Amino acid sequence: MDSRLLPLFVITPMLAAFLIPLLSKLWVRSADLLANLAGAVLLGLSALGSVALLGNSQPLIHRMGGWLPAFGITLVYDPLTAVVVLALNAVGVAALLYSVRYLDHYTGRWKFFTLFMLVLAGLNGVAITGDLFNLFVFMEIAAVASYALVAFGTDCDELEAGFKYMVIGEIGGLSILLAIALIYAKASSLNMAVVSQILAAQGQSPLFWFIIVLLLIGFAVKMAMVPFHAWLPDAHPSAPAPVSALLSGVFIKVLGVYAMARIAFNVFGLSRTSSPEFFNLLLGFGVLSIVAGGLLAYNQKDYKRLLAYSSISQVGYILVGFGIGNYWGVVGALFHILAHALGKGVLFLASGAVEHETGTRDLDKLAGLEKTMPATTWSHIAGSLSLSGVPPAAGFFSKLFLVVGAVSARMYWLAIIAALFSVVTLGYLTKVVNQSFFARPGATPTPAREAPATMVAAMLLLVVLSLLLGLGFKPMLDWFIGPAAQALTNGLDYARLVLGG
Amino acid sequence: MIALMACLLLLLIGLYAVVAKRNIIRIIIGFSLTEYAINLFFALVGFKKGALPPIVTDLAQTRNFVDPIPQALVLTAIVIGLSTTALMLALAMRVYEKYKTFDITEIRRLKG
Repeated sequence: MDSRLLPLFVITPMLAAFLIPLLSKLWVRSADLLANLAGAVLLGLSALGSVALLGNSQPLIHRMGGWLPAFGITLVYDPLTAVVVLALNAVGVAALLYSVRYLDHYTGRWKFFTLFMLVLAGLNGVAITGDLFNLFVFMEIAAVASYALVAFGTDCDELEAGFKYMVIGEIGGLSILLAIALIYAKASSLNMAVVSQILAAQGQSPLFWFIIVLLLIGFAVKMAMVPFHAWLPDAHPSAPAPVSALLSGVFIKVLGVYAMARIAFNVFGLSRTSSPEFFNLLLGFGVLSIVAGGLLAYNQKDYKRLLAYSSISQVGYILVGFGIGNYWGVVGALFHILAHALGKGVLFLASGAVEHETGTRDLDKLAGLEKTMPATTWSHIAGSLSLSGVPPAAGFFSKLFLVVGAVSARMYWLAIIAALFSVVTLGYLTKVVNQSFFARPGATPTPAREAPATMVAAMLLLVVLSLLLGLGFKPMLDWFIGPAAQALTNGLDYARLVLGG
Repeated sequence: MIALMACLLLLLIGLYAVVAKRNIIRIIIGFSLTEYAINLFFALVGFKKGALPPIVTDLAQTRNFVDPIPQALVLTAIVIGLSTTALMLALAMRVYEKYKTFDITEIRRLKG
């Protein structure tokens, strides 16, 4: 792929977001068509970009307007970006396909698709930008659109969740803005590569650590790390199901985990050997998230709320992987970004299908759906097996790599916690299966029909991708995840790759 | 220095309003204050005492200018702030229609 195509990652969804309100005045369904088309183009672009990176050690770089890196905005498509963008657009395509029929019981179809396109534009922008302030702007585009999408149902619960999410999310956003102002005061540049070289020359002062703490607070809010998680169990269930799939599957990872990892490793040049305190902090919060999220998920009566708590727990795994900080730990974290995006995407889409057909998501009121909704049931089971790490599903390999990383860093207790809580994950996800999908003694099966064909197709798409990720873990590791993990663990080498050439 | 102190004070007043106030409208005002404190700080980052505004009329002449980049960035940040404030107020209106109150201690249906 020519690196001049990189701006299309932002232009395509932005253009769609602009055209949808105009064209849907002429024909209501043009919103579906345009949005799905834009999603497919994005997925195609990310596939093209990943192929272009194969066997090529140099990332794709585009300088907007031809400005030098120190002054202008640079777009960077390196292996790490490739992994994130692939996960993001795969879930995006499935969620868009699913929305076509799911939106039948909502009004304001074009508003939904416009906001959805803005979220995609923001997320893609965050993933490909090489500029700190640009990252903040894309982050706010995605975040503001997502606040509106959470409140899209405009009922009591949705509005309350949306407002709560917005207040907490904006505190995180302002913290990041303040950190960026301080970085500019310190380095007089905003390009990540240039900033990383200047910071490396200046050494670690108290201000350096103050900036890291501000950034960590901001990203912790965005990724819903315990104890900054209070908004997530309200916000993600309140959103329409395809939005929940996008928010839980990729949003918290791109805005929180990816941005944090990129800045910590590549801009600030932190590594386990030079600054173990930072990595121990990540480990601590990661373990706290795994434990708290997993245990709180157990007692949930609401299908989507259970999945939301599960997301907190699974993001904990990703944090632990980065906290271990060696090659295998980071590989595990990146693999889990992909596995969890696909797995949690399926689960939220399945929960949406159940709610769409039965009108409730209270697990106590649902029973025996397996007879009437077999495709949804088995999608849910496939997603559960993947997330909880049953071999040979995708989640198994991410947890395997995490454990390998923990053992090679001599953190045996961490390996035990990781293994133990995948059993807990399996426990709360099969609880849903036993309670609602399979026949329960003493409960009459809930009347339902199978979800419409496009919704089933969207779920199956993610299930198939997840299976392929699990079965093809070796090529994935060699071609995509391995180089991406190296891009992170090589730290300041990022600056050389972006500025040289 | 006094300007930076004023920034900090404004930031703290804003955060206090966001954290401690119960009325939604006051929380939103707190947000605006916090945001302006950060914007003001950002603009001050590029400030130099006795420097001229960054308007170049004669390229051959090098003069002592303030840094124009923070000013451009703050403009963007103000626009983002406008959109978040507008959305917050819109949400507040809809919340009021449903709950008939602006008191956040009474808007508590979600839990668990």
